[in-house]
Amino acid sequence: MKIAVTGINNVDSPGPGVPVIRGLKDSESINAEIIGLSYDTLEPGGYMPGITDKVYLIPYPSGGIENTFERISFIHSKEKFNVLIPTLDSELYGFLKLTDRLSSLGIKTFLPTFDNLNLRAKDKLFDFCTANNIKVPKNILVSGTNDLHRISSEFEYPVVVKGIFYDAYIANNLEEVQSAFKKLASRWGLPIIIQEFIKGDEYNVVALGDGSGETIAAVPMKKTYITDKGKAWAGITIDDEYLLNLVRHAVERLKWKSGAEFEFIKDGETNQYYLVEINPRLPAWVYLAVGAGQNIPEALLKLAIGEKIKPMTEYKTGTIFIRYSWDLITDIKTFESLAVKGEKDNKSLKN
Amino acid sequence: MAKFSVPSNLAVSESGFLFVPSSGETFTLNEIGSEIFMMLKKGSEDKEIFETVVDNYDIDLYTFEKDFSDFITQLKNYKLIKEL
Repeated sequence: MKIAVTGINNVDSPGPGVPVIRGLKDSESINAEIIGLSYDTLEPGGYMPGITDKVYLIPYPSGGIENTFERISFIHSKEKFNVLIPTLDSELYGFLKLTDRLSSLGIKTFLPTFDNLNLRAKDKLFDFCTANNIKVPKNILVSGTNDLHRISSEFEYPVVVKGIFYDAYIANNLEEVQSAFKKLASRWGLPIIIQEFIKGDEYNVVALGDGSGETIAAVPMKKTYITDKGKAWAGITIDDEYLLNLVRHAVERLKWKSGAEFEFIKDGETNQYYLVEINPRLPAWVYLAVGAGQNIPEALLKLAIGEKIKPMTEYKTGTIFIRYSWDLITDIKTFESLAVKGEKDNKSLKN
Repeated sequence: MAKFSVPSNLAVSESGFLFVPSSGETFTLNEIGSEIFMMLKKGSEDKEIFETVVDNYDIDLYTFEKDFSDFITQLKNYKLIKEL
């Protein structure tokens, strides 16, 4: 089966494409041929042996959905791939709008719904959690610097200052909040989210919902090594039924469709879990779940092609992932093909 | 006389490596720490542990009782044992 996958930017803050592809390639029931969709000529997933069978450049989401659709249509006319798996947050709204048109070409997807995306948005998460008895750090939305004076009466420092789409800063006083506010507002727009700072360890859960409220797969992980960008560089699967039930509850209430990453902080003093974010796609550490016994990319693909999947509940506790960097050597001819023609055949790449 | 219990889900290897599956925390004990922890896990009372350690190691009872108390406090802080 031919499957197109985005997010093959396996860099220091990696996209989830390469680990998703590894899961698909590990599948014993799918003979996966992978078409890598790359936003840049140097995304490593386009060069790593054994990952993409062919790779095509696609336009950035900021170019608009018509450009995206035109390019995807062209690639499909050549490759006739069956399923498209977008793996990046920034693409989701665009591909969601294109679902019917992709479907008319015969391309299947398994994306979150617009409701899913809206309910878990950073500015809506607090309301969703409080309405569904899930602990969440207190937060307020601020749309101008005048509102920042509310912080000292409503929070204790430090606080977390978050952009509406990406990025977050920890601020220890009003001056640091103002500085973070300016950076985030100019980059991501308004409002800005001011969130209570919870001190504790970070726990994440990768999950797959079938859209009816059922959790098809879920694996929890403790981050054991975190980069300066807050990304997990190592982690270990844990056995915590309470945490899994929290995620199952959220998936059920959201009727979540597709993959997701639930980010929690466990309060160091009270041991309570606070849900701080729901990312609407599989995380870059999803291959840990595959290694622990739940092939979530394979399950997502099967849902996309309409197969019924039984919920997976077993996984191996104590499975560890350690990310590493690796200098891949290639030649100018290999790069040239993608740079000039916008496509590259990887079948000759040696494992 | 005191007795302790070790959480049933705590994984302990013979080399003294502890893994708490619910939190993902890991700990490493040295040889004597590992031996004492195994005795606690077996359900030995503190008096029995004192006798075993003083008989097998070059340490007097007074010093060991003090070290044992510190060790137990650490294990309790990390929620690796509970006093019964």
